[in-house]
Amino acid sequence: MIERRPGLTLLSHAILISGILIVAFPLYITFVASTVTQNEIMRPPLPLIPGPHLIENYTRALFEGSSKVVPVGLMMFNSLVMALTIAIGKIAISLTSAYAIVYFRFPFRMLCFWTIFITLMLPVEVRILPTFEVVADLGLLNSYGGLTIPLIASATATFLFRQFFMTIPDELLEAARIDGAGPLRFFWDVVLPLSRTNIAALFVILFIYGWNQYLWPLLITTDKEMNTIVMGISHMIGIDDFTDWPAVMATAMLAMLPPVAIVIFMQRLFIKGLVETEK
Amino acid sequence: MEKRVVFRQRLLPFLLVTPQLIITAIFFLWPASQALYQSFLIEDAFGLSSEFVWFENFENLFSDRLYLESFKTTAVFSISVTVLSLGMALVLAVMADRVIKGTNVYRTLLIWPYAVAPAIVGVLWLFLFNPSIGLVAFWLKQTGYNWNHVLNGGQAMTLVVFAAAWKQISYNFLFFLAGLQAIPKSLIEAAAIDGAGPSRRFWTIIFPLLSPTTFFLLVVNIVYAFFDTFGIIHAVTKGGPGKATETLVYKVFSDGFVSLDLGGSAAQSVVLMVIVISLTVVQFRYIERRVHY
Repeated sequence: MIERRPGLTLLSHAILISGILIVAFPLYITFVASTVTQNEIMRPPLPLIPGPHLIENYTRALFEGSSKVVPVGLMMFNSLVMALTIAIGKIAISLTSAYAIVYFRFPFRMLCFWTIFITLMLPVEVRILPTFEVVADLGLLNSYGGLTIPLIASATATFLFRQFFMTIPDELLEAARIDGAGPLRFFWDVVLPLSRTNIAALFVILFIYGWNQYLWPLLITTDKEMNTIVMGISHMIGIDDFTDWPAVMATAMLAMLPPVAIVIFMQRLFIKGLVETEK
Repeated sequence: MEKRVVFRQRLLPFLLVTPQLIITAIFFLWPASQALYQSFLIEDAFGLSSEFVWFENFENLFSDRLYLESFKTTAVFSISVTVLSLGMALVLAVMADRVIKGTNVYRTLLIWPYAVAPAIVGVLWLFLFNPSIGLVAFWLKQTGYNWNHVLNGGQAMTLVVFAAAWKQISYNFLFFLAGLQAIPKSLIEAAAIDGAGPSRRFWTIIFPLLSPTTFFLLVVNIVYAFFDTFGIIHAVTKGGPGKATETLVYKVFSDGFVSLDLGGSAAQSVVLMVIVISLTVVQFRYIERRVHY
């Protein structure tokens, strides 16, 4: 505190609270809409306090599908598989390739490094059509493989681990070698345990990244059995025909729940991951 | 930077990098080169044969009024999202840094939108502003303002800008707050002793010292508005009404997958790649050097 200005402090709190209210408003309305009936939604304005139909709406969304969509429970399972595969896959292949690049000297080492680096510059969005063709040619449409493998290569994670490995003291490697440890043993017993926090932080970021994918599943999953929740919800909103709004809003809440819970309850890891992947 | 001590094995490192290299080659390098190659081809109407046409696709692209419009749309969209979300985040971060009690609580309550998928953000905002049932649309109508983003292009743009900015506030807030907390308190105290009030301290000390963070966020936000907002636009407006909210990335998608114009879509992909690469280079060059006063 530099000087006492109670008025200014009060104003700061007021601005912060109104900021939080603005940020939370769409979420609150979504929650309210997921607890009322279709009739209440169709006759605006929407009430500002939650209604009594919470359990009914969520069960309907979770376990009953329609002609256009499968039950949301299945979509959430698909999303979970996708998010976990992407997060674990990215971490695994980035760990090994970063380990190879830092702890070995081999021909074409820098070429490998730059090849990986290039992926940083080519987000899915700019090469969708040809990537889609490759996946179609490989027969990976409507499969977990097609959903996840193309998103697994990541320069960011490789960089993060490379930076971290560079900070591991050389003395550890010397000591391990004197004790007769080979490269795999050193990786397993020294590097991996040391990287635990980094892996956890990265996992949080990558899980959110995988869960929130939209464009890619939209293209790859033509079979509704394979829809993920984030993209499946767009099939639930008809433009002209009937939209079951309470169920859509319940689905939106369910789609937000896992990643938001992770951010709130693993805040330290989340912030660490966010700051480090952007370096 | 290189390690002094390394292992001597020859084969093992190749095995370790192979998975990543294979995936990169199949799903990154090959499609990117395909995009490059296809951008020089024009297919006939039935997709049976194609002709190598050098830069004709690009010439067509840049003489296409719709494409140039889309550039303008993207520029308006990106700048509005960046200014709006950076501005709000900065105000909130400065306030959260000022108050002594509750900084962490405020932070928790402000960062969660980062975790919400862009498409879900779109659904949330679409519901609020739905012309027939949306709560905010209803309030606007009561004040006499006719809200209908399904017909009005300007309103559609406003809606996607709000939705996109809303999601990005949390990210910017987090980085601004970290930047603010890294500023040495002694500087601010010295200025206070010299009689500078809070607003003067902000503009002459805090804001300049925050410039590296601001610049970094500027680039990140532009990249976000360009590439990560597809879900919002697809869920809220599908690029419409007309072409009012069709950004460059959305156009690649709609030309490629809806109109099946392969050569044109590939040429657009190439233009986008050039944009991403230049943004990445800008980021790397200037982030390293930092902006200093």
